[in-house]
Amino acid sequence: MQLWSKNNNKNYPDFWKEYLELFNTQKSKRSQNEFRFVAFDTETTGFNYEEDRILSIGAVAIKKNRIDISDQLEIYLQQEVFNENTVEIHGIRKNNGLDKISEIKALQLFLEYIGDATLIAHHASFDRTMINKALRRQGLGDLKNRILDTGTLFKHTKHLVYLTDPGKSYTLDELCNDLKISKSDRHTASGDAYITALAFLKITSKLKKDKKIQDIRELFFLK
Amino acid sequence: MKNTIAERIQDFLKQFPPFDSLKREEILTVSNEVSVLYVEKGDYIFEQDTPSHNEFYIVREGAIGLYREVDNNQNLVDICDVGDLFGLRIIIIRKNYRMSAIADEESIVYAIPAKVFKRFIEENKEVNRFVLGAFAAHARNYYTETEKGQRIDNTISIEVANDLSELRSISYSKKPVSCSLEDSIKYVAKKMTKKKVDYVVIVDQNKHPVGIITDSDIRALVATGLFSPEVVVTKIMTAPVFTYSKKLTTAEAQIALIKHGISHLCITKDGTRNSKLVGILSEHDLLVSFGRNPSVLIKEIKRVKKVQRLKYIRKQVERLLASYLEQDIPTAHILNMISEINEALVVRIIELSLKEMDTSPPVTFSFLVLGSQGRREQLLLTDQDNAIVFRDVDEEKYESTQNYFLELANKITKGLHTIGFAYCPAEMMASNSRWCMSLSKWETQFRSWMTTPTEESTLLSSIFFDFQYVYGDSGLVDRLSDVVFEGVNKSNRFLGLLGVSALQKPSPLGFFKQFLVEQNGEHKDTFDIKTRAMLVLIDAARILTLYHNLKGLNNTLKRFEKLAELEPKNADIFDSCAKAFRVLIKFKTRQGLLHHDSGRFIKLSTLSKKDKLRLKRCFRPIRDIQELLRIRFQLKSLL
Repeated sequence: MQLWSKNNNKNYPDFWKEYLELFNTQKSKRSQNEFRFVAFDTETTGFNYEEDRILSIGAVAIKKNRIDISDQLEIYLQQEVFNENTVEIHGIRKNNGLDKISEIKALQLFLEYIGDATLIAHHASFDRTMINKALRRQGLGDLKNRILDTGTLFKHTKHLVYLTDPGKSYTLDELCNDLKISKSDRHTASGDAYITALAFLKITSKLKKDKKIQDIRELFFLK
Repeated sequence: MKNTIAERIQDFLKQFPPFDSLKREEILTVSNEVSVLYVEKGDYIFEQDTPSHNEFYIVREGAIGLYREVDNNQNLVDICDVGDLFGLRIIIIRKNYRMSAIADEESIVYAIPAKVFKRFIEENKEVNRFVLGAFAAHARNYYTETEKGQRIDNTISIEVANDLSELRSISYSKKPVSCSLEDSIKYVAKKMTKKKVDYVVIVDQNKHPVGIITDSDIRALVATGLFSPEVVVTKIMTAPVFTYSKKLTTAEAQIALIKHGISHLCITKDGTRNSKLVGILSEHDLLVSFGRNPSVLIKEIKRVKKVQRLKYIRKQVERLLASYLEQDIPTAHILNMISEINEALVVRIIELSLKEMDTSPPVTFSFLVLGSQGRREQLLLTDQDNAIVFRDVDEEKYESTQNYFLELANKITKGLHTIGFAYCPAEMMASNSRWCMSLSKWETQFRSWMTTPTEESTLLSSIFFDFQYVYGDSGLVDRLSDVVFEGVNKSNRFLGLLGVSALQKPSPLGFFKQFLVEQNGEHKDTFDIKTRAMLVLIDAARILTLYHNLKGLNNTLKRFEKLAELEPKNADIFDSCAKAFRVLIKFKTRQGLLHHDSGRFIKLSTLSKKDKLRLKRCFRPIRDIQELLRIRFQLKSLL
């Protein structure tokens, strides 16, 4: 792995510099309504952070408590690493006619798209790590965005009494069943991103009804 | 860029009108701009009397209730299910919401920006028609509450046959309220109040329209203090005005209002601004003419290519019906209009079914509707009772011919079922081989019912003697009525038996004048308005019509009218029977609309004291007519 000194950023591509710049500016003027959330999901060749690669990224924005279909991203990546076993799950083969782009181009599009939005993902640590690994491979740093995990948020909607196993990790399928979300397009990045976005809307609505949060910003302080 | 989510939304939208008439790419441009809302029970999507959003909505999951608040009462106006649009009309006329949309349960709603959809209203005929339909359906929202006295031009037009594509069927005001260039706002406002209008046209000395002022102008510009009421009208008028000639069609008027975002069109002598003002057409006039005139729906029915679409139209009819009941439109008119529409629906389904058959019919046939539909008394969708008569064929060809018509009937009854006419539980339908026969077999059947009456045959004939020709060879039907009247003339005994069945209906009131309710079964403790009240009147009217040899008179109300004419000494009884029947049918329909069923079984606890009294008043004529039958046919001996 290459080692970069903190100040030596002359080789960084412009998009990365611009991305970092977003997190230096004052955010105090931002009101709750301007808050932009981006629900995203990645499909990968497998679950090994070092060996597996991202095949596609799907993302869709949530603004003012609505999913905005016009504000979305759906990209497919050209990857040399290929895993026969996971094709069955997500259906993306190496060449299946989709317009595919390089990893660096995909990261650029993704960062430009998300900007400084708060990210939402189901079992977010996996998707974040996959993106971070890819960023590092390209000689860049980690994601700077705040990230919320629908898996964790969901647990807050459950009363402790009903949580028979507090350590339990809910799969996206279980979440769909519990929140009554239709599971069409499961296992495509965009489909899962959309489902995650819907789950987020439902979870925050429930948390507000239960008076566990009053304002969407309080999501960050839920224990 | 690929947008899988938008494609899924496209897949959803394309199932529902008006999107079903758009091309895939067109729906995609719409779905690309959709935003998705999640609401829980009780959440508002929009609130009454707040400015309209620049978007309308379609229910993706769940149900949204539309409520109108009047005097602190929330009245449910409509429930929108999956695929229903709401908030569409308001974005076009850009006014405040007249209703609130509140989630009835956990729901997902797509919001569609008005701007991406507007061009389709102008470009696509089907979409345009749909929007017109939405205007019609939502017209009732104006009338669910009594807002009478609000306008003086609030006339009711009941012209079923009028061609609506012509402006003459729109009741635009031929006496536009106008003022001169020098008048003050105050003077004009007084004039508007006096004439109960929401506009005034400013005309020059030649009576050419110069500008227009509406209620909202006065609200926005005068009431806010921007202009004094003493200044001249020209200061705040909107000018120039949009003018059209009298030849303007409704579709053009509709588009003009949408395109310019205005609420009034000036009609001038030659259509230009430089000619005399002769009329004014308001968005309200347009609305009224759509909302009240079923011919729009009938025309649409004739054009429809898919049964699913008919189902949607039928839903609109139900809304129309509700608005008719709210206003005091005479029952006979309502019956007439709804029957016209129902008949158009049946005819269209027969036509569509015929197209599906591999070959054309081997001989001519006639499709009959029976029972309440045959009597043209069907307001709500009830069971379907129908039959087919086909021309006689050689013995060896009989089976194959009958099979052809049975197959056809299967398609028809299935289609009718889809749009909401439930299958007849007793299978009195053309798809049953007993009700799908050649003319001579039918004749034999009718004769045998009349000459050797049994309990069953009197029950059946009460349905079969109220048949109405709907489609095909009308000569076959005429022949059948001849058989009926020949038979009646030969044997009064048959009428007597029909009379007995009319007398044996369970009575509505008990010894202490209390309502008699059903003692057991599914409808325990409800009042069966059909069996205990309406059927006696229906049966009596039929028997006496047969007795007088009155052909082609199927409708109970018309039957009583004619009977009153023929028997002046009993005219009072017949008149009061007709009156009672009108009240009963309205009762049943209101109950049906309220509970989404046929309205036959009424929960007495839901009736007000006043309603109960009105209902009881209907029972006296029932007793009188039963007595009349008893005497006329000397039924004591038969009972």
